Amino acid sequence: MGTLTDATVDPTAVDPTIADPTAVDPTAPGTLLRLATAGSVDDGKSTLVGRLLYDSKSVLADQWDAIERVSAGRGQESADLALLTDGLRAEREQGITIDVAYRYFATQTRSFILADCPGHVQYTRNTVTGASTADAVVLLVDARKGLLEQTRRHLAVVGLLRVPHVVVAVNKIDLVDYSRDRFTELAEEIRAAAVSLGVPHVHPIPVSALVGDNVVTRAEQTMPWYEGPSLLELLEALPVADDPAGEAFRMPVQSVLRPQGAAVSPEYAEYRGYAGQVAAGVVRVGDPVVILPSGLRTTVEGIDTPDGELVEAFAPQSVVVRLSDDIDVARGDLIAAATDAPEPVKELTGTVSWLSDQPLRPGARVLLKHTTRTVRAIVAEVTGRLDLDSGQPSPADVLELNDIGTVRVRLAEPIVAEDYATSRRTGAFLLIDAHDGNTLAAGMTGTP
Amino acid sequence: MSIDVTTPPTTDTAPAGLTDAPHHYRLTRAEALESESIHLIREVVAEFERPVLLFSGGKDSVVMLHLAAKAFWPAKVPFGVLHVDTGHNFPEVLAYRDRTVERLGAHLHVASVQDYIDDGRLRERPDGTRNPLQTLPLLDAITGNKFDAVFGGGRRDEEKARAKERVISLRDEFGQWDPRNQRPELWNLYNGRHRPGEHVRAFPLSNWTELDVWSYIAAEGIELPHLYYAHEREVFDRDGMLLAVGEHARPRTDAELASVRTEQVRYRTIGDMSCTGAVLSDASDPAAVVDEVAATRITERGATRADDRLSEAAMEDRKKEGYF
Ligand SMILES: Nc1nc2c(ncn2[C@@H]2O[C@H](COP(=O)(O)OP(=O)(O)OP(=O)(O)O)[C@@H](O)[C@H]2O)c(=O)[nH]1
Ligand SMILES: [Mg+2]
Repeated sequence: MGTLTDATVDPTAVDPTIADPTAVDPTAPGTLLRLATAGSVDDGKSTLVGRLLYDSKSVLADQWDAIERVSAGRGQESADLALLTDGLRAEREQGITIDVAYRYFATQTRSFILADCPGHVQYTRNTVTGASTADAVVLLVDARKGLLEQTRRHLAVVGLLRVPHVVVAVNKIDLVDYSRDRFTELAEEIRAAAVSLGVPHVHPIPVSALVGDNVVTRAEQTMPWYEGPSLLELLEALPVADDPAGEAFRMPVQSVLRPQGAAVSPEYAEYRGYAGQVAAGVVRVGDPVVILPSGLRTTVEGIDTPDGELVEAFAPQSVVVRLSDDIDVARGDLIAAATDAPEPVKELTGTVSWLSDQPLRPGARVLLKHTTRTVRAIVAEVTGRLDLDSGQPSPADVLELNDIGTVRVRLAEPIVAEDYATSRRTGAFLLIDAHDGNTLAAGMTGTP
Repeated sequence: MSIDVTTPPTTDTAPAGLTDAPHHYRLTRAEALESESIHLIREVVAEFERPVLLFSGGKDSVVMLHLAAKAFWPAKVPFGVLHVDTGHNFPEVLAYRDRTVERLGAHLHVASVQDYIDDGRLRERPDGTRNPLQTLPLLDAITGNKFDAVFGGGRRDEEKARAKERVISLRDEFGQWDPRNQRPELWNLYNGRHRPGEHVRAFPLSNWTELDVWSYIAAEGIELPHLYYAHEREVFDRDGMLLAVGEHARPRTDAELASVRTEQVRYRTIGDMSCTGAVLSDASDPAAVVDEVAATRITERGATRADDRLSEAAMEDRKKEGYF
């Protein structure tokens, strides 16, 4: 294993080129990016995350001391950067990541929630967990090994989840002599695989997580042929997705607030409002809305927060909406813009990432959780399974752990599912084991 | 198709339709975190029968309770709060706890470590630290009151085992956390289903950092115990920490005795008096603390918690047994 040449640098020393990373103003707009890692086991994900944290001066002195101590205790010459995220006893014993570690860091322009995911196939469900909330995924590929089955699986998952940005870090480039040809060859191969697995755009970057080349600063010395940005420069420049102004308003009702005797003050005893987080779009006072699945129509009378009334609310704000008419609205209902409202369905087709050790067979009785509604469901049919090599569906009637497949599901009660491709939050669902409560699958309405 | 992979990716390689939301429709980091937390708190209350919120009077639990009050406004917080009292708490913090609970009209449950020591169910540790002793009274309180969801103020940025935890984290019948076999957690579709006897811990502040918490306290004008702000106090050195001289922490060795002095300090975390250290500080209001936290180079637990120093995996081991 190579040595970390500048690991002896005092992490507490202030580098004048990088502002204090913790000094980002949390009240400044538009700066939060959720990032997850992916890629096969040992490709260097945790080392890369450690490198990002270390080179952006986001590692605090006592954290650094602790990993130096552990590394020295194992006879390693320098601090193992992966230990910054591999924090569980079992992870340290085995030298692998088992579950997602969340880390936080910030630069002058943006703050990041970083989810370091495992590569091992056994822990794919944890990687799906980490990627499900990501705005961007950094997929690692070992420059020597190239694309592996697990790389393809993660690409497919990322495509399925419609993570808005995918960066491919061709890592360990130091072990292939910083070869431009090898990078170019791999970048082409990855682009082709990505397209076939439903990821239309990737940004390839040659990096060495261990040495720090092209992670925070560009490696002009070792890779003069590379003219693109460093990983961090790229991450700072990615546009944040989803402009609510372009979406139709959707708000699943979380609860009905009727304080009566339990109001904060007597003036609110007769209050009645619907609490929820706006899932998509913008709503204004006076807007006509429809309650689904009932189909009842009304208008928005007011939008309340404890800090005062609003004239409009947008995704992903948490608010309380008051309606003009006294109609039946309960948890699990969807308040939607009156025009362009979706149809409630009692059957849906979708793609699932199967996360359970127990295989999925047609006829399975499960619970389906969608927005704030959970209904009984029967998986009527498994209609196919994604072949990771070709990116094409192959016929299948059973899904095993870590398979991605298409299903048809019948529902005991209607839900208002939309195509995941157009609305992530009203298109996503879970399949849950009714007996032990375990999450069986991540589901996305519509076919990929 | 041939693509020059060495040219910098520019915005024209971004997927179609992805543009920055206009300023007007973008939440600040603080607003995004607040909204996410309120969403979680409302989900838990809707899906569980008997939630409870762990409230110690420490800043994270105070912020969590503030968020709960906002989540259900104009209704009162629809669940009670639970304090595991080590018997070594700062009196000022207990007074603050009682005032806050009274103001919100919430029901306070207290699980007392002292009671357990008095009747022999727990034994005092040789090092005098009571933090690890909280697990048993906590689990008994959960079982005894049939709480099925317990809100905790843990943040993932605090510690490496906490960094691994789900927002909704399942505990088995024995209160144990199994970090090697956590339930998947997709999007913000929280699955809190569990078998009888099991419960979940819910962490609304999962994605908040210490700086986020302080910025929020400053922005919302949230009152905290005064220990969080600079004040004069008689302290001594132990294990690289500044402990307050008091009933529950007395200098024992000559070196400790020789180090007794009065300093201007504040607390970054508030726990058991016997193992929570103070830090030198002249930050006397929330804005000054925000500046101080932004410039710090040591984590809050690293600076102030002896209980984490017991071993490399001290927190993980405590959490597996059912600790907060
Ligand atoms: N030479 C070289 N070695 C690297 C580089 N990046 C990582 N490594 C080494 O590769 C090994 C695996 O690194 P990790 O960061 O633990 O890999 P990972 O992808 O997080 O592994 P899992 O999380 O278990 O899937 C370690 O020995 C690293 O030191 C690199 O850029 N160059
Ligand atoms: Mg790893």
